[in-house]
Amino acid sequence: MRIPPFCFELFVLALGILLLLLETFSEKQDRKMFAFIGIVGLAVVFLLLQTSTPGPSGMASYVVDSAAIFFKKISVLTTIVVLIMSIDYADAIKRFLPGSSPQSGLGEFFALPVLTCAGMMWMSSAIDFILIFVSLELVTISFYILVAYMRRNANSLEAGVKYLILSGLSTGFTIYGITWIYGVTHQTNLARIEQVLPGIPLENQPGLLFGALLVLVGLGFKIAAAPFQFWVPDVYQGAPTPITAFLSVGSKSVGFIVLLRVVQAFQSLPAVGNRLITAIILLAAATLLYGNLAALPQTNFKRLLAYSSIGHAGYILIAVAGIGSRDSGRAVVVYLAAYLLMTLLSFLVLVIVTARGEGDDIVNFNGLAKRSPFLAFGLLVAMMSLAGVPLTAGFLGKFLVFKVAFETRQFFLIALGIVTVGCGFYFYLKVVRAMYWQPASASVTSIPVSKLSLAAIAIMVILIFVLGVFPQIALGLLP
Amino acid sequence: MNLLVQLTYLSQIIGALLILGGMPARRTAIIATLIAFVSALIVFAGYDRTTAGYQFLASLPLVPDWDLKFSIGVDGLSSTLLLLTSIVGLAAILVSPTVEEGENRYYACILLIAAGAAGAFASLDLFFFYAFHELALIPTFLMIGIWGTGNRQSAAWKITIYLSIGSIILLVGLIGLYLLPPAPQRTFDIVKLQQLASSGVFSGSGSKSIYLLLLLGFGILVSLFPFHTWAPQAYASAPVPVAMLHAGVLKKFGLYGLLRVALPLMPEAAHHWAWLLLILVTGNILYVGLATIAQKQLDLTLGYSSVMHMGYVFLGIATYNIIGLNGAALLMLAHGLSIAALFAMCGEVRKQTGTLNYLDLGGLATNMPTLSFVFGLATFASIGLPGFANFASELLVFFGAFKTPTPGSAFNEFQIVGTIALWGVVISTVYMLRAYRAIFMGEPQARWQGVRDIPAKVRWAVVLLVAALLVVGLAPRTVLDAVEPGIRLFVK
Repeated sequence: MRIPPFCFELFVLALGILLLLLETFSEKQDRKMFAFIGIVGLAVVFLLLQTSTPGPSGMASYVVDSAAIFFKKISVLTTIVVLIMSIDYADAIKRFLPGSSPQSGLGEFFALPVLTCAGMMWMSSAIDFILIFVSLELVTISFYILVAYMRRNANSLEAGVKYLILSGLSTGFTIYGITWIYGVTHQTNLARIEQVLPGIPLENQPGLLFGALLVLVGLGFKIAAAPFQFWVPDVYQGAPTPITAFLSVGSKSVGFIVLLRVVQAFQSLPAVGNRLITAIILLAAATLLYGNLAALPQTNFKRLLAYSSIGHAGYILIAVAGIGSRDSGRAVVVYLAAYLLMTLLSFLVLVIVTARGEGDDIVNFNGLAKRSPFLAFGLLVAMMSLAGVPLTAGFLGKFLVFKVAFETRQFFLIALGIVTVGCGFYFYLKVVRAMYWQPASASVTSIPVSKLSLAAIAIMVILIFVLGVFPQIALGLLP
Repeated sequence: MNLLVQLTYLSQIIGALLILGGMPARRTAIIATLIAFVSALIVFAGYDRTTAGYQFLASLPLVPDWDLKFSIGVDGLSSTLLLLTSIVGLAAILVSPTVEEGENRYYACILLIAAGAAGAFASLDLFFFYAFHELALIPTFLMIGIWGTGNRQSAAWKITIYLSIGSIILLVGLIGLYLLPPAPQRTFDIVKLQQLASSGVFSGSGSKSIYLLLLLGFGILVSLFPFHTWAPQAYASAPVPVAMLHAGVLKKFGLYGLLRVALPLMPEAAHHWAWLLLILVTGNILYVGLATIAQKQLDLTLGYSSVMHMGYVFLGIATYNIIGLNGAALLMLAHGLSIAALFAMCGEVRKQTGTLNYLDLGGLATNMPTLSFVFGLATFASIGLPGFANFASELLVFFGAFKTPTPGSAFNEFQIVGTIALWGVVISTVYMLRAYRAIFMGEPQARWQGVRDIPAKVRWAVVLLVAALLVVGLAPRTVLDAVEPGIRLFVK
C-alpha cells in the first residue's frame, strides 16, 4: 500500500504538536524524554520514507519526485541528529534559561526542531511559489525562536536579532521577486511558469529576469552564498550549537532544492535562464573565495564551520550552475548528502567536547587524541571528508562538482576551486593539528559520551567511508 | 596469484586496522609487511614476461554508468614498483623505533602510507589509482607533525598543502582525460583507455592542456623544479620510516602516473611539451644539484639529492624512446632503494650522535665500522658507480637522451640537456663524498665514545636494501625484461 505522500509531513507536524502538548500537561516528566519520543517518531517516518516512490501527488503545487523524497530524508535525518545533539546540549541550554523548575523551557527546545522539519519536508515537495513561501516561513520562524533560545546569553540574543532582521529582509526580497514573476507570467506554479515562459514577449523579459534575480537573492541568504552571507558567522557562533548544525545543514539543503527547481523552470527561456546561470556563476565564485579565504585565520571552531559552510555552498553552486550537464542534480544531491554527514559529525563532536562549559575555540581541542581517541578519530574523519580526501564522501562530492564544471566548461570556476580546495586543506587540518599534535591543556580526563551519541558518531563515520568507497550508493540517491 | 596481488596492499591495510584495534604494534606490522613482501616477490617472479600487458586482473564494478571499477592488476612496471614498495615498506617497519606514546598510531600510519603507495601501483582504474595515493597524505601529515624532528610543524604544513594542491590539479586533469572521448566510450579503466588511445580520441583539441595539467599535477607530487621546495624540508623533518617511504616510494607515484597514463594516452601532447619538461629537468639537476652542495646537514643533503635525482627520471621520460624510458623505470627502482637505505642510516646517525651537522660530526668510522661501510656502498650507489642499479639506469637515461634523433640538427636539445645531466653526476659525487668525509673520516673523537654500531634491526633493513641494489645492478635484465614489453606497446 502506498502511503499518501503528504502524510509524512502531517505525521511530523502531529509529532511536533504532541510534544508541545506533553510539555504543557506533564510537568513532572523528564524533558529529555521528549527528545527520545521525537527521535523515535522521526525514525519511524524515515523508515516509512524508504517505501516512498516517485509518483503523482494529486496536487498541482506539490510534487513527489525522487529529489523531493531525497530532501525529505535529509530533513528527517538531520532533525534526528540535531535532537541527539540537543540531549547532550540540554545542560548548557539550561544555564541560560530563566525558570522556576529545573527543566522548564526545555520541552520546546525539543519540539520546535520537529516542527521545523515538517516545514523543510513541505518545502522539498513545493513547486508553487505560494507553498514554497509558506513552508519557507514555517522553517524560518521556528529558527527565529531556536537561534535566540538561550535567553540569558547575550551572544544568543544578538544572533537571534541578526538572524531575524536579515532573514526578514531576505524574505522581503523573495516575495518581491515572486510578485514580479507573477506579474509577467500570471502564474505562481513553477511547472506552469516553465510552460508559459517561452511565450513571454521580449519587452517583458527584463522584468522576469529582475524577479528571478530577487528570488535568487532571497535564496542566497538561505544557502549562505556570498555576498549574502553576512549573518552566517555571528549567528552560527551565537546560536545553541545543535541549532547551528540544523541551520547549516537543514536550512541550506532545502534552500538548494528550491533554487534547483527555480533555475530548472527558467531554463525553458534561454534568454533569461542563461543570465540567471551567469548570476549563479558569479555567486559561486564569490562564495567559494569568501568562504574559504575568510576561514583561514579563524581560531574559533564554530566560526570555522560557519565559513566552511559558506565555502561548501560555493561548491554546490558550481554544480547548480552546470545545470546543462546530466549529472548536475546528482552532484548537488551527493554533495549535500556528504555535507550533511560530515558537518553533523563535526557538530556532534563539538557539542560533546564543549558540553561541560569548555570554550569552542580550536585550542579547546588540543590533545583530544589523548583524552578521547574515539572522538578525535570521528572528528578526523569529518575533517578529512570536508577537506575532500579520497575514499570519503566529501571527495565524491567534490569529484562530481569538478566533473560537472568540466562538462559545462566552467574553467574559471575550476581554477578557483583548485585554489580553494588547497585553502580547505589548511584550515581543516588546523583542527587535526590541534587534536593530534598539540599537548592537552589543563584537563586530560577523557570526555564522557552517551551511548546514543557514540552510536551516531560510529554510524556517520562508517557512512562517510561507505559513500566514498562505493560511489554507486551515493549516485543511487537520485536516479 | 590474483590474491597475492591483492595482498600487496590489503595486508598492510588490515595490519593497520588490527593495530588500531589493539594488536601488538611492531609484531603485527612486521608480519603484515612480510606478507606484502613475499606476495610482491612472487608476483614479480610470476609475471609472464613473454607477453606484454596486464596480468592477474581482478575487478569489481562500482559505477556502471561511468565504467568505474575497482580493478587491480599488474604489468612489468607496476610489479617492479610493487616490489620496491614492499621492500622499502618492510625496511621502514624494521627501522621503526619503540615509541613511548601512541605506538599503535605510529605503526598504523606507516602501514597506511605503504598501503597507499602499493594500492596506487596495483590499481588499473583512474579513480582508485588517484584515491590510493591520497590515502597516504593524512598519515604523513600526522607522522611528521607528531613524531618529526626539527622544524616539523612547518614541514608538515608545507608537504600537505603542496601535495593536496598537486593532487587536486591532477584530479582536474584526470577528469578532463575521462571526458575527452565521446560519451559512450568514456571509462576510468586504464586498460581500456590505453586501447582507446590508438583510435586517436586523446589527440584532439584539449589534449595538450590536459597533458599539461597532468604534467603539473604529477610534477608537483614528484618535486619537479620549481615545485620541489616541499621535499627537502619534509624529508629532513619526517620520522625515518616516513622519509624512507616517501622519498623512496610514494614520490614515484607521479613518475609512474606519467608512464602509465599521460605518455601512453597522449604521445603527441607529450611530444609537444617535451621542451618544457627539458627546461624544468635542467632546473632539477643543475639548480637543485648546486643547492645540494650548499647543504650543511646530512638530512637536508639527502632531501635535496632525492629531488635532484628525479631530474634524471624526468629526462628519461622526456626522451620518449625505449632506452630512455627503460632507464627511467629502472632508476625509479634504484633510487627508491638507495635513498631509503641512506635515510635509514641517516636516522641511525642522528639517534646515536644527536646531530647531523657536518661541522659537529667526524671520525665516526671507528665507532661505527659496519654502518660506515654500508653507508659507503649506498653512497656509491647514489652517485651511480658501476655495480649498483643506479649506474645501469642512469647510463640508459643518458644513452636515451643522446639517441633521440631530430632531423636537421646535429646537436639537439635532448643532447644538450643530456650533457648537462652528465655534469649532475659530478655534482652528486661532490656532495655525497663530502658528506661521507665529514661524517665518517677524520680522527676518532672522544665524544663519540658512547656511540655504538648499527643495531641488528636497522642492519637487516639496510642490508636488504643494498643487496637489492647490487642484485639489480649486476643483473639489470631481471627488471628490464619485465618492464620493456610494456613500454614497447606505446613507443614505436
